[in-house]
Amino acid sequence: MIRVLVLLLLLPAAAVRAGEEVVAGLSHSRISITANFDGSDLLIYGAVKREEPIPGGPPLEVIVTVEGPSTPIMVRRKSRTFGIWVNTAGVEVDRAPSFYAVATTGPLAEILSQTEDLRQKISVPQMIRSVGAPQDIADSPSFTEALIRIREANGLYSLHEGTVGLEEATLFRTDIDLPANLVEGDYLTRIFLLRDKRVIATHEALIDVRKVGLERWLYDLAYGQPLIYGILALVVAALAGWSASAAFRLLRNG
Amino acid sequence: MQIYLPIAEVSVNAFLLFGLGGLVGMLSGLFGVGGGFLITPLLFFIGIPPTVAVATGANQVVASSVSGVLAHIKRRTVDFRMGIVLLAGGLLGSALGILAFNLLSRLGQIDLVVQLSYVVFLGLIGLLMLQESVRALRRARRGPAAPIKRHQHLWVHKLPFKMKFRTSGLYISVVPPLLVGVLVGVLAAIMGVGGGFIMVPAMIYLLGMPTKVVIGTSLFQIIFVTGFTTFMHAWTNQSVDLMLAMLLIIGGVVGAQIGTRIGAKLRAEQLRILLALLVLLVCIKLGIDLLIQPDELYSISGVGRA
Repeated sequence: MIRVLVLLLLLPAAAVRAGEEVVAGLSHSRISITANFDGSDLLIYGAVKREEPIPGGPPLEVIVTVEGPSTPIMVRRKSRTFGIWVNTAGVEVDRAPSFYAVATTGPLAEILSQTEDLRQKISVPQMIRSVGAPQDIADSPSFTEALIRIREANGLYSLHEGTVGLEEATLFRTDIDLPANLVEGDYLTRIFLLRDKRVIATHEALIDVRKVGLERWLYDLAYGQPLIYGILALVVAALAGWSASAAFRLLRNG
Repeated sequence: MQIYLPIAEVSVNAFLLFGLGGLVGMLSGLFGVGGGFLITPLLFFIGIPPTVAVATGANQVVASSVSGVLAHIKRRTVDFRMGIVLLAGGLLGSALGILAFNLLSRLGQIDLVVQLSYVVFLGLIGLLMLQESVRALRRARRGPAAPIKRHQHLWVHKLPFKMKFRTSGLYISVVPPLLVGVLVGVLAAIMGVGGGFIMVPAMIYLLGMPTKVVIGTSLFQIIFVTGFTTFMHAWTNQSVDLMLAMLLIIGGVVGAQIGTRIGAKLRAEQLRILLALLVLLVCIKLGIDLLIQPDELYSISGVGRA
């Protein structure tokens, strides 16, 4: 894995309350999914830039989020029909990130107010948007809860409270574990500085997660040229079958 | 060694897949079965999405059938004419099966239908094989049995559109082989199997074909039907994972050759009982999954993609 440290440009979105801004970097600006990809550690670090001395009052807190590309998702529920378990109800969630990790300096509820969470969409439930459920389903929230539960169990959604290290209210760093079953796309990293449960500065950066090499080629071919991919699959199978019997015939005779 | 499968989008141990291919290949070498009906459910168990497992399973069957049919062509034990009639039915069946598969994917019921088909067919085959092998074992103990009567006149022989099949020495209607072909084609598309387990008994008992041409002819037909199925899955729902297929194929062809050699040294009847029990075990495991309340009642899938 490339360990190039790329310092990212400051985005103009910073500095809600004048005085403190985020300067941050990521250990990788791109992640390559190769054939033997088995997850990756992402180091996110940075500093708080200020012109004046550290202000007093409530302590500085930091929240870091990493968000995978969002896709619409179908959540289905099984129920017992004629003795077996069958999918009988489904709710479409029209936006759910394929990966979402939150790391904080302290318990989320103590460092972030609910209104600020609504505005900035930081906690996991805020990231999922569900359009109206079908008429016959009364309990649509249980479907989004199930989505979160399943993805948490797969390590795709996570909340790590207290894993952001903050030194001298200036330097911070955290490690985020990216699992092996990553979907490719642009991963958005957001860093929030908070005081008194309110966001005072934000910073955003993109990480490019891409399949490379053979993986890339196969994936592009399968979706871009399905006809050729289908023919290739047959040729590979026929060749493998033929060469196997030929090889073993030689072995037997030799 | 973990390996990332580009279409299934999961990371799986390469040696596990290799071993799985090898094990199933060995069984197919030992018993002369295609192995598709074992490999697809085993892929479910290790967490490959069912749609990918079915399509890739079909691809693997193409490779193992090509490997097998070459020997039969050399021995002239393939009835090409019968194969082509079966194939015509098979392609029609496969096209129908793919349509049904894509429709069921959209409705969110494909996993259920695939699992149910497996429970029904594995249960059926497992029991038939068990019964057959127990009988064979008894027969072997009792000494040779009376020869089976050939050229019986069944209802099959009264149907119209008769055709001569010289290699098989038959003059029968094309309707029954066409129907057998359609059934096998549907199964290939929905279950990712070659369908040899249905076709072989149907050819022997229904069509009255001589046993020596049955395996070669069914392999010939299976190549084209599973090939067509693989192609249609790749084309219409992008569910063939070539990386997965390659690992299974390599494991499978090596396993098949080992299996053939072991098979030549061991007693077939007792092995057949073991295979029957294995098939029933997979069937029971799949059946239990449908019957008991799952830990997680909810499941997620992409919209548009199955």
